[in-house]
Amino acid sequence: MSALTHTIAPGSRTPTYYVADEHAHAPGGSTYIGFWIYVMSDCLIFASLFATYGVLGGNYAAGPAPKDIFELPIVAVNTTMLLLSSITYGFAMLAMERNKVSATLGWLAVTALFGAAFVGIELHEFAGLIHEGATPQRSAFLSSFFTLVGTHGLHVTSGLVWMVVLMAQVASKGLVEANKRRLLCLSMFWHFLDVVWIGVFTFVYLLGVLR
Amino acid sequence: MNPTLQHAIFGRLSLDSIPYHEPILVGTFVGVAIGGLVVLSAITYFGAWGYLWKEWFTSVDHKRIGVMYIVLAIVMLLRGFADALMMRLQQALGSDGGQGYLPAHHFDQIFTAHGVIMIFFVAMPLVTGLFNVVMPLQIGARDVSFPFLNSFSFWMTVAGAVLTMISLFVGEYARTGWLSYPPLSEAAYSADVGVDYYIWGLQIAGIGTLLSGINMICTIIKMRAPGMTLMRMPVFVWTTLCANVLIVAAFPILTAVLALLALDRYLGMNFFSNDFGGNPMMYVNLIWIWGHPEVYILILPAFGVFSEVTATFTGKRLFGYTSMVYATIVITLLSYIVWLHHFFTMGSGASVNSFFGITTMIISIPTGAKMFNWLFTMYRGRIRFELPMMWTVAFMLTFVIGGMSGVMLAVPPADFVLHNSLFLIAHFHNVIIGGVVFGMFAGIAYWFPKAFGFRLDPFWGKMSFWFWVVGFYFAFMPLYVLGFMGVTRRLRVIDDPTVHIWFVVAAFGAVLILFGILSFIVQIAVSIKNREKLRDLTGDPWNGRTLEWSTSSPPPAYNFAFTPVVHDIDAWWDMKQHGYVRPLTGFKPIHMPKNTPVGLILAVLATAFGFGMIWHIWWLAIGGFAAAIATGIAHTFNYHRDYYIPADEVLRKETERTRLLSAKA
Repeated sequence: MSALTHTIAPGSRTPTYYVADEHAHAPGGSTYIGFWIYVMSDCLIFASLFATYGVLGGNYAAGPAPKDIFELPIVAVNTTMLLLSSITYGFAMLAMERNKVSATLGWLAVTALFGAAFVGIELHEFAGLIHEGATPQRSAFLSSFFTLVGTHGLHVTSGLVWMVVLMAQVASKGLVEANKRRLLCLSMFWHFLDVVWIGVFTFVYLLGVLR
Repeated sequence: MNPTLQHAIFGRLSLDSIPYHEPILVGTFVGVAIGGLVVLSAITYFGAWGYLWKEWFTSVDHKRIGVMYIVLAIVMLLRGFADALMMRLQQALGSDGGQGYLPAHHFDQIFTAHGVIMIFFVAMPLVTGLFNVVMPLQIGARDVSFPFLNSFSFWMTVAGAVLTMISLFVGEYARTGWLSYPPLSEAAYSADVGVDYYIWGLQIAGIGTLLSGINMICTIIKMRAPGMTLMRMPVFVWTTLCANVLIVAAFPILTAVLALLALDRYLGMNFFSNDFGGNPMMYVNLIWIWGHPEVYILILPAFGVFSEVTATFTGKRLFGYTSMVYATIVITLLSYIVWLHHFFTMGSGASVNSFFGITTMIISIPTGAKMFNWLFTMYRGRIRFELPMMWTVAFMLTFVIGGMSGVMLAVPPADFVLHNSLFLIAHFHNVIIGGVVFGMFAGIAYWFPKAFGFRLDPFWGKMSFWFWVVGFYFAFMPLYVLGFMGVTRRLRVIDDPTVHIWFVVAAFGAVLILFGILSFIVQIAVSIKNREKLRDLTGDPWNGRTLEWSTSSPPPAYNFAFTPVVHDIDAWWDMKQHGYVRPLTGFKPIHMPKNTPVGLILAVLATAFGFGMIWHIWWLAIGGFAAAIATGIAHTFNYHRDYYIPADEVLRKETERTRLLSAKA
């Protein structure tokens, strides 16, 4: 206890009470942990949506069930797009580490294309479902399905907007410290969306058609 | 005008949405308009707009932002309390055979608005304000981790409050109770804009709360002064950390559940409806998974305040620091596994109810440990009964009563009887007023001299104290009695005239509390008028123990000319004991963030977006949203957000402080 509360014996000579020779801290020292905590809070939003899907996902209200409407092949293609985009984002980060601006931009562009393909296929799938009458209003199962998958899609879309903005910033300012920090944050975000998608793919699609 | 065109431009909004046929609301509007005009013309007359814009509205200084949070809370307290007085008057008049003076649709809005405003726009800004003013100073930091984000968070909270206030004069507020349970809050039963005001006001303010939570956690983890290990942090910093962990872990669930309710209302989905497989209890579960941690988000900071105040005013080290820290952490964890006690009557069965009943009762153990720690700190201390200490003692007496009624409610069979009764209302006001409100008043009285450089007037502070404390007992003890007699909550008219007298006593108590609030405002006015007499030049008016008292009052923009080095829990006390000498030379330029109006602009756009969503004015909603995103992106193209305070200026400020200190001596 005393070690915890006192590092100096009473009566000893005055210890140092301030940092005389201070160096300015580089800005952004808290950014990674801050962004990580943000990602974890976002994870809780997905957790709430997963829980809602878990509770309401079996309430078909005499409407379509997962095995009536899910087409696994197209979802498999979709999943591949997203997983590939995670790999190419990794290549962008490797290029960034070597300070290669054009390689970084190139890999980011490839990533963005894969991401856009993912969103496009998802929108196509949604349009097909709605066309068949499996609308989000039809049953609690479909409400929670569209909301969970759609929220993920919205996240990917905002990630794409962010990626385009960052590409413009890297192109104009180069790989300065601030831009590297931002690229790393987007990297966390992008891989996080990948992990969430694995959950969606497993619990919603795979287990859905088994049910 | 062509109805289609009118709908495209104004959405659901029309002249009929303005409640000009309600004399109470028209009177309120005239009062607010006159008051607002007086304030605005006074600011113009004194030429203060430039000052307010440059030094406050665009400031990213944590101390300024903290003060603005507290000002927001006090303004909203007046609104929330006006609602409380109206309810007390209605129930006093409506329990004597009469109908009272409020029509049902108005009364229902008032009890909803009272709850929402008091929790989200009074209690939350008060605790967030104290985090901002005090915590960075206590850890020896110069600002928070993300100063711009801090300004943005504050203005988003204001945007939520503004939307909630607009509902008073444009349209109506929710008539659902403060948590807007479905199916009542679904479009089928609440078709008007009330619930939409509720949803968007809370979503927008919630973004601010969540981001501020992340900011505070990062600040505590990354920006503590050298030597300040976790187990040397002041207890207020510990409670700030735990409360903000709770914010980050709870508010996303509120965001999600309100978004689902919005999807039900706007797109006709079926999450919480009665048809098509919807499940209203899902909403009740989710919202309480946020709601129960929320009450600990409010009370933990108050516990931190009491710990600081007790140690300072007894002149002793806090008793049982380590147990205090662990009690805080245990409460943080337990607060997550008790939510079901809010609806034991849902019918989850005996086993589930027992589990949640027992976890709830267990919370009283760490809380009790805290209570004994404060008592043992006071034991044989040389207690100075200054205002903060008086609030602390009142808290200890009052909160224990509220805690015990809470343990009663935690027993499921007892809860089946007391559920939804005025006993419950008495219980949570007992802990929120006796805990959070008393704690915030203690904190304001304690840290006011730090923020402004002069103390608060003690006479009016004591007036406020006695009116509040006595008023509280008069207002809420009758509700315990009424609850036992079976009176349920949210009743506009009570048919049994034998209970009338208790409502009259409660209304009398509310009037006493009114005098308490008025005395508090008089106290601030009198203190500003007499500020030269109440001036504190030392920066340490209470003989404090923690680092915030080591710098001047108010602290300079950079807080500390040199970053302090910590050797003890009571760092400043330790410095004073060991003959610390203030450095007078050798200053270096200090790196600080620049002010920016972007947070304020984003919040204005968010308000426009929210208003558009509420009234189905789609062009405004889409335009506001797109403009906010564009502004946010444009802000990221600004790479020069900081500057250096030159060493000369630091020297000038510190020399001035030396002069004031020696003038005092």
